Amino acid sequence: MAEIVGAYFTSHVPAIGGAIHKGLQQEPYWKPFFDGFHKVHEWLAQVKPDVAIVFNNDHGLNFFLDKMPTFAVGAAAEYHNADEGWGLPIYKPFAGHTELSWHIINSLVEDEFDITTCQKMLVDHALSIPFELAWPDVEAWPVKIVPFAINTVQHPLPSAKRCLALGQAVNKALQSWTGDERIVIIGTGGLSHQLDGERAGFINRDYDTFCMDNLSVDPVALTKDSIHEMVRKAGTQGVEVLNWIAARGALGQAPVQEIHRNYHIPISNTAAATMLMEPA
Amino acid sequence: MSGPQNVSEPIPGTHLFDGDAAAKGFELNAMCYSFNNAANRQAFLDDEEAYCAKFHLTPEQRKAVAERSVLGMIAAGGNIYYLAKLAGIFGLNVQDVGSMQTGVPVDDFKAMLLAQGAGQTYDEAHGAMIGKEKVHG
Repeated sequence: MAEIVGAYFTSHVPAIGGAIHKGLQQEPYWKPFFDGFHKVHEWLAQVKPDVAIVFNNDHGLNFFLDKMPTFAVGAAAEYHNADEGWGLPIYKPFAGHTELSWHIINSLVEDEFDITTCQKMLVDHALSIPFELAWPDVEAWPVKIVPFAINTVQHPLPSAKRCLALGQAVNKALQSWTGDERIVIIGTGGLSHQLDGERAGFINRDYDTFCMDNLSVDPVALTKDSIHEMVRKAGTQGVEVLNWIAARGALGQAPVQEIHRNYHIPISNTAAATMLMEPA
Repeated sequence: MSGPQNVSEPIPGTHLFDGDAAAKGFELNAMCYSFNNAANRQAFLDDEEAYCAKFHLTPEQRKAVAERSVLGMIAAGGNIYYLAKLAGIFGLNVQDVGSMQTGVPVDDFKAMLLAQGAGQTYDEAHGAMIGKEKVHG
């Protein structure tokens, strides 16, 4: 039977990709962030996942406003990155796990989650950068992926409660999967930041701390706010914490423990955070 | 009139990209989405007027693009994820875009972010940034 080894959460700020590309990890600006990944590398080497279920959001690479799914699930054999328009390197492709994708899709629809399925899906920095951080310098990714894209671009966004429920339904699907994979759950994005409007540069350490303190032990606490209140507290792009909430749901409802946390302000315009959780 | 979230208190300095904005900004965002392609970025640089015309930008959108006004583009329905691709053509990053929207030099905008890292709240750091701008700006 497949085993969920735990969850890895991290910010996916594009500038991180630039810093990796330029080898700036030990520069004073970047070191506090990159130093948070030694523990991630150790943990991944120890738990050895071979599949990753990834909750992230597209930033206008795969999806445009002509068609904007609330929850999209990849069912492709391969996922490619592409030019996003502002000079990041093109990242390595990812192998998909199509059988597991369809198993999850079937189970989700059975459970009345009306998801969009994608047999082709470009993946942007929101997926590639967390992988570059987790497995630096590998020639090919050591895991196959099942990617979820959650709409955090065009309101109305799905509620935090619905994102948690989606993740829990993914966990239910994994419980009925008969493969013997070792599965890591990944949530990317956040934490607080706002790129647009006169409030650009808004960061909220108190709210981020609330989210990180509760995500492992009481994720329902993160679902009490409306999306509007989450934008107020986390910033217009800080609502990417929805990806973290969905990922936490996919860890399941049995107790989990936080085993690592790193939090640093600022990386670019963002409060950058990294966490690891395991089944307790 | 487009949803229950509108009964919430507005968030200062924040423009939710909702259905109204998405409808209003479709042409501008479509143009910016095309900038995922390097040949399209070059075509914009070669003949901005013709490229904007090809995407049927509204007069408000065209004016905001011509003036390089980020707040103007947002008011015309632009979404920041797509606008970032236009900013990229000019080599501008999100601190530059933050500086343009807050009306302070980019170094002051960066200092405001660092001040939050050093323990100031946003209100404290933002207040100091704006205060400095009033003295020196």
